[in-house]
Amino acid sequence: MAKAMREVAIVGVAESDLGRVPDKSKFQLSAEASRLALDDAGLSVKDVDGLFTTIITEGGQFSSMMMAEYMGITPRFTDSTSIGGSSFVVYVEHAAMAIAAGLCEVALICHGSTNISDRGGKGGPVSQSSEVFGPTQFEEPYGVSTVGSYALAAQRHMHEYGTTSEQLAEIAVATRKWAVMNPKARMRDPITIDDVMNSRVIASPLHLLDCCLVTDAGGAVVLTSLERARDLNKAPVRVLGSGEAHTHRMISQMPDLTQTAAAISGKLAFERAGLTHADIDVAEIYDSFTITVLLTLESLGFCAKGEGGAFVSNQRTAPGGDFPMNTQGGALSYTHPGMFGIFTVIEGVRQVRGECGPRQVPDARIALCNGTGGVLSSTGTIILGRD
Amino acid sequence: MAESPSPPLPPLPKPYQDTAAYWEAAREHRFIIQKCKDCGEYQFYPRGVCSHCLSSELDWEEASGKAEVYSFSINYRAPHPGFADKTPFVLALVTLDEGPRMMTNIVDCDPDEVRIGMAVTVTFDDITEQVTLPKFRPI
Repeated sequence: MAKAMREVAIVGVAESDLGRVPDKSKFQLSAEASRLALDDAGLSVKDVDGLFTTIITEGGQFSSMMMAEYMGITPRFTDSTSIGGSSFVVYVEHAAMAIAAGLCEVALICHGSTNISDRGGKGGPVSQSSEVFGPTQFEEPYGVSTVGSYALAAQRHMHEYGTTSEQLAEIAVATRKWAVMNPKARMRDPITIDDVMNSRVIASPLHLLDCCLVTDAGGAVVLTSLERARDLNKAPVRVLGSGEAHTHRMISQMPDLTQTAAAISGKLAFERAGLTHADIDVAEIYDSFTITVLLTLESLGFCAKGEGGAFVSNQRTAPGGDFPMNTQGGALSYTHPGMFGIFTVIEGVRQVRGECGPRQVPDARIALCNGTGGVLSSTGTIILGRD
Repeated sequence: MAESPSPPLPPLPKPYQDTAAYWEAAREHRFIIQKCKDCGEYQFYPRGVCSHCLSSELDWEEASGKAEVYSFSINYRAPHPGFADKTPFVLALVTLDEGPRMMTNIVDCDPDEVRIGMAVTVTFDDITEQVTLPKFRPI
C-alpha cells in the first residue's frame, strides 16, 4: 500500500481570505478555500468524492457531514479524524491511502476557522467553563493553557540540554524574514533576537514573539491519482511518504517533554519515501511556538536530540540559510487559525511546484511537511516530490 | 450595602465514576493514587482501568505526597477569568515518589525560586466547600 500511495498526487491548493475576516463564517472560509483549490487543480466540486475535515470550535460537531452538506458534496469516503492541528497533514496520508485503494478518486481536505473574530478580535483566553468533566479536570483547575503546556516543554529542554531563549528566538527571527517576502503574511516587519527577548513573557520561558499568531483563515488541498493528475492544470506533486502518530492528549501525560511523536511519524515517512534527510530541499514545520519547531527538528532527526538550539543558530533556517524552513512565514508570522497543519501542506506544494516568487527556494524538488497537534500530542509527516 | 462581586472561580473538577474517590479524599486532605492489583504499577490520573495492563482491579493507596519538580512555567496571563487575580502563578509537572507524573501548582514560595529537581510536598488548597485541589510546596 505504501508503494501504491506514491501514485497519488496533490493537484490543488489554496488559502481563503486570511487575517481578520469578521464578515465571513468559518464554514464559508473553508468552502471558499475549497473552491479555489479545485480551481487550482482544474476540477469541480462535482468531482469530489472524498472529504476530510474537522472543526473543533462551536458549530463543528459532525464536521465532515456538516461541511459536505454545506458544499453539496456526497462523499463515499469521509474522515473527521480530530487530533488537533496535525489532522490536516494526517489527512494527506489518509486521502492517499483511500485513493490508492480505489475508495475515492478526488479527495478534498479543507479547513476554516474564525479564531480571532470568535474572540472579538483580541487574542487571549477563550475558556469560560466553570466545571470540567473528564481527564482534563486534572489540568484545567491548575491553570493549564496551550502556551503554558509548551512552556513546560521548553523549560525542560533548557534544563536538560542548555538550550537558550536566544536560540529559540533565532527561529522567530528567521521565520519573519520569510514572511517579509510573502504579501499574504500578517506580520511583515523584520524583527531581531533582542525584539523577541524583550517581548513580554507570557509563560516562562516563552515570550510573546515565541508564540504563533491568532487569525481567521481557511485552506484546502485536493488530491487524486497520479494518472489523472497528469491531465490537470498544475504539475502533480507526489506524496512520496507519510507517517502519523500520537503519544498523549494532556501535557502531564507526555512520555518525554523533549521528544514529540515526529520521532515515529518522521521515521515512517522517510522509510516509506526511501529518502534521507539530505534529500529534503525545504521543510515546512508546524510552528505554534518556537519550541515546537526545535523539538520537531530533533524528533525528525535533522539533528541529534539536544542539538536543536545549535542547529537553528546563525539564522540557518532564514532565506539564504542552508536549511530553508517555514518559507511562507509560518504560524509565527503568516497565519494561525488555531490549527495550522493545512498551511504547511499548501506551502510545501507551492515550493515543489516552483511558484513561490521571491521566496522560492531555488530548485526545490522535495519538501517535508510536519504537523503537530494538541499539546505536542500528535504529528503527521509527509514528504512531497515533483513528479 | 451592596457586596463587591467576588472574583470568578477557576474551572473546577466535576467528579465522575473514575475520579470521585480521589476528589473526596482531597476534600479530607488526603492524597491518594491508584495502584494496579494485577501488574503492580501506579498511575495518575485516576482511571477505571490500569493504563499499563487494562486491568479493572485497582486499589487506592495513600501516597507519600513527596515529589520532585519535573518542569514548571511562571504564567503571567490568565487562561480563564478565574485566574485573573492569581497571576503570576507557577504551573508545574511533578514526578511523585511513587513514579507517576501530575500537573499542579507550586505554592508557598516565590515563583522565581522554583527549580527543576526541587523537592516538594503536597499541600491542600480548599477552593470551595466541595472542592480541594492538591498542590505542592517546597520542603
